Amino acid sequence: MTEIKTVAVAGAGTMGAGIAIVAARAGFDTIVFDVSDDNLEQSRVQTEKFFARSVERGKLDPQDVDQILARFTRTSDLKDLASADIVIEAVFEELSVKQDLFGRLNDICSASTIFASNTSTISITEIAAGSGRDPQVVGMHFCLPAQLMKLVEMSPGMNTDPAMFTKAWEFCEALGQIPVKTQDSPGFILNYFLVPYNNDVIRLIEAGVAAPADIDAAIKTGMGYKMGPCELLDLIGLDTQVLLCDAFYRVTHDPRATVPPLLRRMVAAGRLGRKSGRGFFEYEGGAMFGA
Amino acid sequence: MQFNLLNYGNSRSFPEPHPLLDSATPFDASQRDIAVLVGENAGSQLDQVVGERRAILVELYTECLGVWTGESRAEEGSNVLGFARFRVGDDDPSDLVELVRQPGTSPEAIAAATQLFESAGFTVAVCMDQAGRIIDRLMRPYFNEVLTRLDQGLATASDMDLTLKLGLGYPEGPIGLLERSGLHHHYDVTQALFEVYGTPAFAPARRAAVAKQRKDFEDN
Ligand SMILES: NC(=O)c1ccc[n+]([C@@H]2O[C@H](COP(=O)([O-])OP(=O)(O)OC[C@H]3O[C@@H](n4cnc5c(N)ncnc54)[C@H](O)[C@@H]3O)[C@@H](O)[C@H]2O)c1
Repeated sequence: MTEIKTVAVAGAGTMGAGIAIVAARAGFDTIVFDVSDDNLEQSRVQTEKFFARSVERGKLDPQDVDQILARFTRTSDLKDLASADIVIEAVFEELSVKQDLFGRLNDICSASTIFASNTSTISITEIAAGSGRDPQVVGMHFCLPAQLMKLVEMSPGMNTDPAMFTKAWEFCEALGQIPVKTQDSPGFILNYFLVPYNNDVIRLIEAGVAAPADIDAAIKTGMGYKMGPCELLDLIGLDTQVLLCDAFYRVTHDPRATVPPLLRRMVAAGRLGRKSGRGFFEYEGGAMFGA
Repeated sequence: MQFNLLNYGNSRSFPEPHPLLDSATPFDASQRDIAVLVGENAGSQLDQVVGERRAILVELYTECLGVWTGESRAEEGSNVLGFARFRVGDDDPSDLVELVRQPGTSPEAIAAATQLFESAGFTVAVCMDQAGRIIDRLMRPYFNEVLTRLDQGLATASDMDLTLKLGLGYPEGPIGLLERSGLHHHYDVTQALFEVYGTPAFAPARRAAVAKQRKDFEDN
């Protein structure tokens, strides 16, 4: 059970758009906020496409979709977030941007509003420090694509009120998501293990030990994983992997988190993965080619 | 495909009878067919079959193929390849064959070996003759981190396993997998890797070291 009725999502990018879909689908009034009107509009189009596909696949009735879409409001005026019971931010991965956003929202939202951050690499405690209400700030890390992935890593900051954390947890369950609790530490669970592991994969290729196709075949068949690591890296985007490494290494100084030279070369060469049509594999119209 | 089989002790890749092995033709030193050496002593018996064969396949454990063939100047390589079916601890072997080549290994031998295993329904991943081959080299540092972070209270074992299952589509979380298949085996594998690479990532995690000591204690 949750008392939360109105959800605001700040940042209508890749993650924010997905999180807003989750919220509206679960029955919450959903306010989507972005500084960019273009991004708001793009997220509206994506959202409608997503639900149209849900109807095509027989997962939702057209009437349900109409109801869901009616729950959305979109705005570039921060004051419109005044009625939110919880704000989930998915803005740029910059401490100052997130602190500034929460700091301003602190004056706009009601005293009981919970602030949740979808950050992948920044400390929840640090984000909370700039918010003026650190007992009410929690980490809520959704997975890409949020509208399809159930997992949410939830972490309390150092000063988070346990009762607030529980409220956020119950809200997460009411979203139909599956929360797990982790410490407020770099990368939480998933990225903490994944970022260095992915670098090890890149280093194995760089060292000429095995080709991407062989590595993926090995991991998929040997470990029973759905996706090979090279395929996954292409999906994440090799430029994103560089950003993740940089963010991690800054805080952990883990040698495995340093950017492998091959990764930098691939990014420089425009081989960013699926989005550029070529990473460790080649893609055409969504299909994967060769080795 | 025609091949000769030579058994040299218990095999970790083929602990049970397997259709592939059953289809072998009797050993004939004069033949040119592929020769497959299986068993814990396979490598040391390599000189029994050296010759003009399409390929000679030696079952490996944690060691490099170079131990059995010799190495020099990174020019080693012939018709001899190493192989192992990947297997975690006491779990059954998987359908993955890691096929180990050297810099100078003949492409024909690699093709013949790949064809032999694929015809028996295996997936083949070719890799250079490096400690840990592909999977152990990639998975063991990650398993170590999981065990270490579990000690540090990052999250409960169930939440860590659930996160990695849901977040990455793994069929089973790493802690469940390691404890079910024998955590002491993780110690043995990482210890062997650590001796070769010497980097902290391969140093056996505390929980694995404890499992190993406890296993020794129970066995004695
Ligand atoms: N992409 C992923 O795989 C992933 C996964 C989990 C978490 N995250 C985290 O989610 C957050 C967003 O990532 P993304 O990939 O969606 O980024 P994105 O670049 O796709 O979207 C960011 C959006 O935030 C908007 N924005 C920037 N500053 C703003 C502000 N002050 N107020 C309102 N809107 C603002 C931008 O206009 C943009 O639309 C980051 O913290 C990231 O670490 C990303």
